[in-house]
Amino acid sequence: MGFGGNSQQLLSKIATNDKHGENSPYFDGWKAYDRNPFHPKNNPQGVIQMGLAENQLCFDLIEEWIRNNPKASICTPEGVHQFRNIANFQDYHGLQKFRNAMANFMSKVRGGRVRFDPDRILMSGGATGANELIMFCLADPGDAFMIPTPFYPGFVRDLCWRTGVKLIPVHSDSSNNFKITREALEEAYKKAKEDNINVKGLLITNPSNPLGTTLDKDTLKSLVSFINEKNIHLVCDEIYAATVFSSPNYVSVAEVIQEVEHCKRDLIHIIYSLSKDMGFPGFRVGIVYSFNDEVVNCGRKMSSFGLVCSQTQHMLASMLSDENFVTTFIEENSRRLKKRHDKFMKGLEEVNITRFPSNAGLFCWMNLKSLLKEPTFEDELKLWRVIIHEVKLNVSPGSSFNCSEPGWFRVCFANMDDETVDVALNRIRAFVGRETKKPVGIKRWQQNLRLNFSSRIFDETTVIMSPHSPIPTSPLVRAT
Amino acid sequence: MALSKIATNDKHGENSPYFDGWKAYDSNPFHPTKNTQGVIQMGLAENQLCFDLIEEWIRNNPKASICTAEGVNWFKYIANFQDYHGLPEFRNAVANFMSKVRGGRVRFDPDRILMSGGATGANELIMFCLADAGDAFLVPSPYYPAFVRDLCWRTRVQLIPVECHSVNNFMITREALEEAYKKAKDDNINVKGLIITNPSNPLGTTMDRETLRSIVGFINEKNIHLVCDEIYAATVFSAPCFVSVSEVMHEIEHCKSDLIHIIYSLSKDLGLPGFRVGIVYSYNDGVVNSGRKMSSFGLVSSQTQHFLAAMLSDENFVERFLAESSRRLAARHSQFTKGLEKVNVTCLPSNAGLFCWMNLRNLLKEKTFEGEMMLWRLIINEVKLNVSPGSAFGCSEPGWYRVCFANMDDETVDVALKRIRAFVGKETAKPVELKRWKSNLRLSFSSRRFDENVMSPHSPMPHSPLTTLLIFSHSFPTYSNQKSPPKLEICETQTHGVSPVIGLKGCPLYPSIPAFTYDETHFPRTSEMKNKEQLTELRDNLKTSTLLSRRSTTVHVTYKDTESGRIKSRTSMGGHYNSVHQEPEFGPFKEIRIDDDNSWTNLYNMGTLKLQSFIYRYESMGP
Repeated sequence: MGFGGNSQQLLSKIATNDKHGENSPYFDGWKAYDRNPFHPKNNPQGVIQMGLAENQLCFDLIEEWIRNNPKASICTPEGVHQFRNIANFQDYHGLQKFRNAMANFMSKVRGGRVRFDPDRILMSGGATGANELIMFCLADPGDAFMIPTPFYPGFVRDLCWRTGVKLIPVHSDSSNNFKITREALEEAYKKAKEDNINVKGLLITNPSNPLGTTLDKDTLKSLVSFINEKNIHLVCDEIYAATVFSSPNYVSVAEVIQEVEHCKRDLIHIIYSLSKDMGFPGFRVGIVYSFNDEVVNCGRKMSSFGLVCSQTQHMLASMLSDENFVTTFIEENSRRLKKRHDKFMKGLEEVNITRFPSNAGLFCWMNLKSLLKEPTFEDELKLWRVIIHEVKLNVSPGSSFNCSEPGWFRVCFANMDDETVDVALNRIRAFVGRETKKPVGIKRWQQNLRLNFSSRIFDETTVIMSPHSPIPTSPLVRAT
Repeated sequence: MALSKIATNDKHGENSPYFDGWKAYDSNPFHPTKNTQGVIQMGLAENQLCFDLIEEWIRNNPKASICTAEGVNWFKYIANFQDYHGLPEFRNAVANFMSKVRGGRVRFDPDRILMSGGATGANELIMFCLADAGDAFLVPSPYYPAFVRDLCWRTRVQLIPVECHSVNNFMITREALEEAYKKAKDDNINVKGLIITNPSNPLGTTMDRETLRSIVGFINEKNIHLVCDEIYAATVFSAPCFVSVSEVMHEIEHCKSDLIHIIYSLSKDLGLPGFRVGIVYSYNDGVVNSGRKMSSFGLVSSQTQHFLAAMLSDENFVERFLAESSRRLAARHSQFTKGLEKVNVTCLPSNAGLFCWMNLRNLLKEKTFEGEMMLWRLIINEVKLNVSPGSAFGCSEPGWYRVCFANMDDETVDVALKRIRAFVGKETAKPVELKRWKSNLRLSFSSRRFDENVMSPHSPMPHSPLTTLLIFSHSFPTYSNQKSPPKLEICETQTHGVSPVIGLKGCPLYPSIPAFTYDETHFPRTSEMKNKEQLTELRDNLKTSTLLSRRSTTVHVTYKDTESGRIKSRTSMGGHYNSVHQEPEFGPFKEIRIDDDNSWTNLYNMGTLKLQSFIYRYESMGP
């Protein structure tokens, strides 16, 4: 037996291209964390994972429910009599009670202001699978979807890798609070048309990842009328719907389309998941909710490639049908997220770090433009590497979200306990203090920058690193 | 706004007529007490025979679940776990289980185990890794119908069937592979690989080592991939024992191991289809790397990974389960096939799977796929069994049906067997079913004669000459995709055995076949039958031809493909597989002239009813 040495050459183009995104430099942060993960006792100097948008704040509520409801599982003495029925269940419609419970939960998360039809609920393997599924349904290879920046880096893998669909960024920036404007949409659409690209739709995330903001009703209405006018699809990724922790209230596209006259509903599709809202990414519950009958029919058949495990469906059906539990959970989850968010913000503010104001999500969009030597993406990456390797925090740089201006970082805060947050904040404070006080940390940069600047100039500029310089108004920020 | 081409095409397979059976079951499902007249689901390859063992294990191992008081402290960690590598303990346990299923003769590297959403997702994943849109994979027929969805729908890969035939028990021959490969090359199709199922679905057979070696040799020579779907590996219930490609490749010198990929699942072997455990095991590092990233689209639920890691790491349980599952499948298979034998219905001899490949060619009114579908609808709507017709599996010869027997209890099997027996008895004993034919046949024959003679209640079905006749005809490659008739020269024909064979001599429609051929596949297809004159001519020619009859179970034919000039041979093992191992019995050679009415009567008494049927078919389908 031997190797043909053609390990790669005989594979598909998909298998050999880079659209899975893992060869990007951003994976360095994950690698750094994987090699040296923080542990409060065993490895207090390790890297803290702040790149993972996980929600770990309410597991006590869930575990309590599990203890009180042993019949909900097929792997307990109380529930094992259901084992054979459930283990054998592979209908791609899913358990009726699961779909009912999901529809009910989705409605509750949206304040009960809108109802969802269980028969429009399609299962898929997490939001990852749901996003791919809707692309397979809506677009052919070479077709494009518009997507406002900054956006979730995994979209390139989820939406494009195997489907051959393209993404067209719709640029937004901090000058108007990263709002998705009609002008930016029209411009991106027009540009694509000129380039002879077939635009099949627009994809938005609401609440936004990485911004942690929700779209207001007017913006949503404007988006809905835009896609109606162009007769293209609107895919709304609402997987963070239950992470809204302060006003304004969450508004789902499902509500808005009820208010827009002559809205072509069969252009509207919602992506949902329990990975963020309940903190169950391991359970791989991805949902496509489409108002389009054909998508429901065909997408349901595609569900076969990523069904939700039946024992998971069975357990979640019980859990999400428990109205008291769901109500308590949604409230408590929101309360705890707010608390965590406030704690983290307060810590950042102590060293004058600002972040984009947000009311949702498991992260904040941190503004470190003042720490950039130059307002470029190269410097953003340099700063990022320092944060990873010296501060030992795995945060995500804005460029990985296709952000159009450098200096933003997404920092996740809900995947750890309070003590770890304190450690992370201490590190950030120490780092920012050092960066702003001492030239020490900057020595390395000096070498990098020699090509452009004399070391003298560089030394001089360290003046701006005064410990008390109000970072948001540092000259470098103004320079952007 | 239009949807995608994928969304609007039919490759998901659900608009096929075969879904009628599922609909029939869904609208009227059998229940032993509540709906005793309902449709019994025999179209679902589920393994429900060993749930008691699993349930017992669950009761004894509450810590294995994150939903018990004993295991809930793992809940948080597990619910949060979404690494696409999977839990290391899960991969270790699956690697170990895969090895145990293969008798411990081969080891699997946990780092080559990729997760996906069931075998469905695994099959799609490997296609995405190996082939571009428009590329093709060879697949021996008959094959799992949903392969079209799994392998082709979203990947845009095409399947090229490699036709296998009952003459050699549907073995995958080197010739058939070469032929399909060459044909694809001629058509400018880029063949990226071959996919086989071992044990076979729908045949229920395992591949012998020689065949596997030949296949591995073939793909090495062509430098194409080999995907082995081994999801039924643990359903082998009798000798010969299962040989996995993972064993064979180690025995072959200079085997390019990076061409070999295995698909596995726990849906069949453990009976856990709801858990969506699909595995791609690849010997190719590139596939492992990129396939692992694709896992993200269909990861196994961490709750399930955690649970299965514990269960499959329990060596005692695994060994006991495998032995007991195999024993119970053997018992069920025997109960079912013996029940069929009582009414002389035979199945392809099998040693694996959750189904039989049942031969109902005797009951076909016409030896065509239309005839197969007619009989199938009868079985679904009147016998009330949802079985699957061979054509759904791309089988190249009509009359085969896949019948699943492991998704029900013993009592339901008995009900199903009773229904089959009653049906076959009625079909063979009573003229009732044949009345339909009468009207059809009036054009050719007087109804008087038909009524008097044809309906002999004791016509021996299993010895119907046409049983073997059909096998014989399918010992040739089928030419259903070709417009022109085959150009074959029969060099030599040997028949021997216990049931009669009938041959048609000197059929003028095929002057290139001088000696000995028959059956509808060698006649022009109905669409080519232009006018009534032609039809009349055919009937007249048949009437004046000589039919040869010989008792036989084995037919050996040597023929020359006049296009390629190559001499080929085909051997039929006959239609009655329970008698395959008996010493062939050489019966008397008989010649029957059919140039007068009496000869038709004689023929009928020998059970050649179906010959009349197909002759009629050409007449009735005329202008």
